[in-house]
Amino acid sequence: MTEYLPKYVNTVTKYVFVESPEMTPGDLAIRAYEISQGVMIKETCFGLQITGKEDEVNAIIAHLREFDPAHIFVKDRGFPPGDSRRCRANLGGARPGYFGHEFEISISRFISKGLVELPKREAIAKPKPPAPEGSAKLDAKRLRQIIEAMET
Amino acid sequence: MAKVFIYPTTSLILSDLVARFGHTPLSAALQIREHIQTPGLESPPLQITPEDPKKGLKWAAVEVPSGVRGRMSLYGPMIEQAEAAIIIHDADFSFGCMGCARTNELIQFLLRKGDIPVLDLRYPRTEEEGIEFVAAIKKFLDELAGGGV
Repeated sequence: MTEYLPKYVNTVTKYVFVESPEMTPGDLAIRAYEISQGVMIKETCFGLQITGKEDEVNAIIAHLREFDPAHIFVKDRGFPPGDSRRCRANLGGARPGYFGHEFEISISRFISKGLVELPKREAIAKPKPPAPEGSAKLDAKRLRQIIEAMET
Repeated sequence: MAKVFIYPTTSLILSDLVARFGHTPLSAALQIREHIQTPGLESPPLQITPEDPKKGLKWAAVEVPSGVRGRMSLYGPMIEQAEAAIIIHDADFSFGCMGCARTNELIQFLLRKGDIPVLDLRYPRTEEEGIEFVAAIKKFLDELAGGGV
């Protein structure tokens, strides 16, 4: 076993995804670089990864969100960008977490629509969200009914 | 501002919406970051050491596989901190190369056992469902302490 000395201690890394008809990751990166002041920014195919002190990263993200609030999505990341344990350059394929992002970005247009329409909804209107479907397994009560029906 | 446990714990959509509406999302990244930024012995890829399955004993019995207990050492502390939870049920990607079906069941069981409000959803499949999905999350979060931002 070898000693582990972490890099980028006391920093946060956040993903900024952009799925917009009006803005590309490149546009977003330029806006971010304008105010970055030493924060590490990596441009990717889906948006940016921003690494730095929490206050500075949050300030940049708040600034970026203003450009297209309904189409920019942000989440925390555990690893810094380029970490050899996670970076696909070392793994030889997409990193495991990418599949979740790929799926959620594919439905982000529905969320964007929801964010755009939200202020237009009446405050008292009761939401009817998509409810989870019930279990496909046979219900115990139903099984008992079947057994009793067969016995009689 | 309430701490809201999100499931799937890596969800971009939930993480964004919870933070956007003024609360703190409790996601896997926070615990992973803590592991990654703590010095110790090299244990790639996630810095999960033999100590972690021992910590997981608080939430899962000793005969439960170490994979579940190791994962619970990440999620268990967040479940204890959580003041509310949002669960999306049809997240297929949470089971697979980095997921664990039994851990997922245990997480949902512990969330329901705790005395916290829980919102159950599935992913929207149309724009109309997207509108209702966002509205339901906003309403749920507004009703929590410090909500209504």
